[in-house]
Amino acid sequence: MIELTINNRKVSVPEGTTILDAAKKLGITIPTLCYFPNQKTKANCRVCVVEVDGYRTLQTACSTPVAPGMVVKTNSPKALEARKVNIELILANHDARCLECSRNLNCELQKVANQAGITDNPFESVLVMQDIDDSSPSIVRNPNKCIKCGRCIEVCRDVQGLNIIDDAGRSADMGVVPTFGKFLNDSNCVACGQCAVVCPVAAITEKDEIGVVWEALSDPSKRVVVQTAPAVRVALGEEFGMAPGTPVTGKMAASLRALGFDDIFDTNFTADLTIMEEGTEFLTRVKNALTGGKATLPMITSCSPGWINFVEINYPELLDHLSTCKSPHQMLGALIKTYYAKKINVKPEDMFVVSVMPCTAKKYEAKRPELSVDGIHPDVDAVLTTRELARMIKQAGIDFVNLPDEDFDNPLGLSTGAADIFGVTGGVMEAALRTVYEIVTGRELPFDGLHVKPIVGLEGIKEATIKIENPVADYAFLDGVEVKVAVASSTKNAKVLMDQIAAGTSPYHFIEIMGCLGGCITGGGQPRSADPDVRIKRLGGMYSVDEAKVLRKSHDNPYVKSIYEEYLGAPNGHLSHELLHTHYNKRGKA
Amino acid sequence: MKTKNEIIKTLVTKRCGVIKPDSIEEFIGAGGYQAVVKAFSMQPEQIIGEVKASNLKGRGGAGFPTGIKMDAVLKAEGSPKYIICNADEGEPGNFKDKYLMENDPHQLLEGMIICAYAVGASHGYIYIRGEYGDSMTALEKAIADAKANGWLGANIKGSGFSFDVMVHSGAGSYVCGEEFALIESLEGKPGRPRNKPPYPTTAGFRDKPTMISNVETFSNIGIIVNGGGEAFKAIGTETSAGTRLISLSGNVKNPGVYEVPFGVTLADIVYGLGEGAPDGQKIKMVQLGGASGPIIPPELLDIRLDYKDLADEGISIGSGAVIVIDERFGMMEILERIMKFFCRESCGKCTPCREGNRQILNILNKFIACKASEEDIKNLTSICNVMCLTSFCGLGQAAPTAVLTTLKYFGGEYTGRLAAKS
Amino acid sequence: MQLLQIIEKHGRQPEDLISILLDYQACKTDNYISEDDVKMLARQLNLTESRIYSVLTFYTLLSTKPRGKYVVQVCNDVPCYVKGSVNVLKILEKTLGIQEGETTADGVFTLEFTSCLGCCDKAPAMRIGGQLYGNLDEGKIGEIIAKYRGQ
Repeated sequence: MIELTINNRKVSVPEGTTILDAAKKLGITIPTLCYFPNQKTKANCRVCVVEVDGYRTLQTACSTPVAPGMVVKTNSPKALEARKVNIELILANHDARCLECSRNLNCELQKVANQAGITDNPFESVLVMQDIDDSSPSIVRNPNKCIKCGRCIEVCRDVQGLNIIDDAGRSADMGVVPTFGKFLNDSNCVACGQCAVVCPVAAITEKDEIGVVWEALSDPSKRVVVQTAPAVRVALGEEFGMAPGTPVTGKMAASLRALGFDDIFDTNFTADLTIMEEGTEFLTRVKNALTGGKATLPMITSCSPGWINFVEINYPELLDHLSTCKSPHQMLGALIKTYYAKKINVKPEDMFVVSVMPCTAKKYEAKRPELSVDGIHPDVDAVLTTRELARMIKQAGIDFVNLPDEDFDNPLGLSTGAADIFGVTGGVMEAALRTVYEIVTGRELPFDGLHVKPIVGLEGIKEATIKIENPVADYAFLDGVEVKVAVASSTKNAKVLMDQIAAGTSPYHFIEIMGCLGGCITGGGQPRSADPDVRIKRLGGMYSVDEAKVLRKSHDNPYVKSIYEEYLGAPNGHLSHELLHTHYNKRGKA
Repeated sequence: MKTKNEIIKTLVTKRCGVIKPDSIEEFIGAGGYQAVVKAFSMQPEQIIGEVKASNLKGRGGAGFPTGIKMDAVLKAEGSPKYIICNADEGEPGNFKDKYLMENDPHQLLEGMIICAYAVGASHGYIYIRGEYGDSMTALEKAIADAKANGWLGANIKGSGFSFDVMVHSGAGSYVCGEEFALIESLEGKPGRPRNKPPYPTTAGFRDKPTMISNVETFSNIGIIVNGGGEAFKAIGTETSAGTRLISLSGNVKNPGVYEVPFGVTLADIVYGLGEGAPDGQKIKMVQLGGASGPIIPPELLDIRLDYKDLADEGISIGSGAVIVIDERFGMMEILERIMKFFCRESCGKCTPCREGNRQILNILNKFIACKASEEDIKNLTSICNVMCLTSFCGLGQAAPTAVLTTLKYFGGEYTGRLAAKS
Repeated sequence: MQLLQIIEKHGRQPEDLISILLDYQACKTDNYISEDDVKMLARQLNLTESRIYSVLTFYTLLSTKPRGKYVVQVCNDVPCYVKGSVNVLKILEKTLGIQEGETTADGVFTLEFTSCLGCCDKAPAMRIGGQLYGNLDEGKIGEIIAKYRGQ
């Protein structure tokens, strides 16, 4: 342990601790801007500077390790003045029209400027306004807001393994741009939105669709249907000051109803349906492979649209490995505009489907021309991120925290626990195994609490082997087969498994991939969080929702059963293929 | 007034202009590579002991004791270890490293070989700024000849010690003179500095222990090994050992590279060697060290070239440039040039340097237009101080030196340009 | 030399990116690295395109835009300035008929500012196609430019 003095108070911390963390232990907050939990120390912004005895210069608290006997002053006039000047310098090159900004009151720069007591900026603005890049249906890049902290570069390069944006140029001309200053939509960006999650300001945001949703809600000729993805319910509460991972399903349903949506459905319903479709597809492929037919294995899940973009761009020759299942919200959109429209006798063109997603890539996905039941009307009309829904709730003046719980509407609002864990890495695979194993063996999946332990958790790549013994007669060919599955989250980890497939060395039968690290719980549309443990907390929330349910296997969902009976026929049947399955495009690299 | 010969002392430059730089034979004939032979008969600790005893300080500008740096690399865990020669002489007004590389390239190699042996390094790089084509040619030839003659490569002269050196070209970036920015550049990346600690001595090139020093520093090593640390220390002053290469430029009759012992005065350099301003002009100011150095009035030229004496005045001579500017030039136009240089050359990584330089330039423009206010003097001082205190690397910290020193020594130039109060 | 040959010469290490870029650019008459070059380099060196673009736009000796066969660089720093670099620039602009940052219509010359060239004792100075020229005056500049024009 190392003892040092901060603001005349003694503190002992382990060797290697930074001044920032040591100060935190004393309850002393040092403002930071480029610093971000779980990222490398950048020390670019020079906002967290403190005075350390014996040093000529001020030291950045985020990067300076403590030393025995160190004497630190975090709030000396010298440190405070320097901090203020550095923030003023940033502001002089920032489009500071805060009142017209989506990050107003939720902006890290605004927060540190306020903390530093900045009331007027002595430095003249040097901002040269540049064009805003809104070419992507998912993400908007506003260089006039960028403060060059480098967080987005790091997440894109080191976490996602993409490196779509990087710094270019130097000195005052330095900017964060796609290669050759291209539009994002012309780059190899997969629209995962992880950059938008870490951006401290409004330099990278999701493309705002709040306006079109309000417009639909105010149009009396529209039947406006909303659906919510599994991961939204364990994160939305954070936007209203609740702890990460707190399930707010009931309040969410209530607030959606208060916003004026006509039907409040749950994407979880089609998560269950996905298991039926994808599980059947998997068993068909395995059967073909083991009985001498042609089948592409491993089969890979297709719920994550950022991941789909990644494959289309980087592995166009391996598209056959993808399950043909549409992602759950697209399935639900298709069912709403066909099955449900017929049921309530509304014309599909009068329906407006809104998906609330933890994801920015879903915005791009919803605009894919192939994701349309009639080739004219999209399955889903608008996609809101979790953050956008929170903004709408605030706009409407809804007291979210004190809202009494309400339920989803039926029949498209009921789901099993298997659907809830779709929002976390390993969850889709576990949900699939719960159903597939039971179909094949007639017995329940032999894991404690139905959790396939080897694939539960936040590791980037996980794997499990399940041996099939004593299958039912239809699956006799699987007797003794060890089914190997793998799970990866983040495109960087996905690449590892894809390279194995490309090299012909993949040992797996079934792979689950989610484009963002940890899965949808930390998707590009989720609340921004400075909590270093936000992933594990939201993960805990997801499993708790699952465990609280009586029905925890997709094939037990009564409405899933009935929709096959009364409408779809059998899984992978003709109508299923028409409504619930899709095809992919060999895009290749830009 | 001292004569030229009384001011100059040739130690590092003793072979310059005497031998043909592209002839390894002439270098050896003039005593070259003897220090390598001697070093191989010594223990690494002994060599480092001599360098420590010599009190040699880095000639790149920061003045860190070379012996201590070598000791740190020797003791650092990890292998391989690297020797890097910082020949990214980008500071405007400096050309002495170029002079050494083009006139006595083998002396640099000799120093690098000895240091490599002393710290246990197996590979060396000479990072030469991209603008120095002739220096690269000279060193590439010298390396080839040294290899052919067994002074580089495997088992050098039967010592059992192997060491290779490569020349690496910069691509146009002032910041790459900063040690970590240089290492980043050597690794094929944009040249931006890294966080310290760890220092290059423990985690430098490829995250391995690295000794990175300036051309002139390495060029002194052979002299120290040959003559001993104590003898070296006896040259110069009590607080500064050896000689300095001075790059003298600007409005002087005799610009050029001069080697002087510590202890001579700046006036000796400007008037004794440079013979003052040409055409009967009067000297208005002298900038020391280069664009990042202090600007002083001629009255201060009696100060001795000595680390302590200069530090007592709050200034430094950096890597040894002396730029003389006569009265035909205005303070503000000179400062404008300097700040434009930093606006162009900042790497952009940290806030104070990226944003500060152009704010300084903006405020200077107000003085140039005689539209400045008292408030501008206050803001100018404030940015400069914050850049010194909080910039990521030494280059950003030093960028406002010219402005700060002119505020101190030439305050009237600023107050004389305030807007007339209406 | 072709890009592939240069890559082979340096040995396919991402570390050698800058040397490869400098060597290759020097072989090209238009003195710049194109988008296609970047794509090829990215594949060959297993680097991302944005990383290469980041390097290209950081260093002043590298360019992402076509330049003349000869790049004329005029020093813009104090030692040259006090010895008349402003005049050098004016003379060059007149002689070449272009402004700083521009390329002549025939694609032979591009005129650029540069940071200190390290020949302050021979100020004012310029550099053309890697060759240094010091102690410049109007007559000398004219001769040098005429020589390159003839080549």
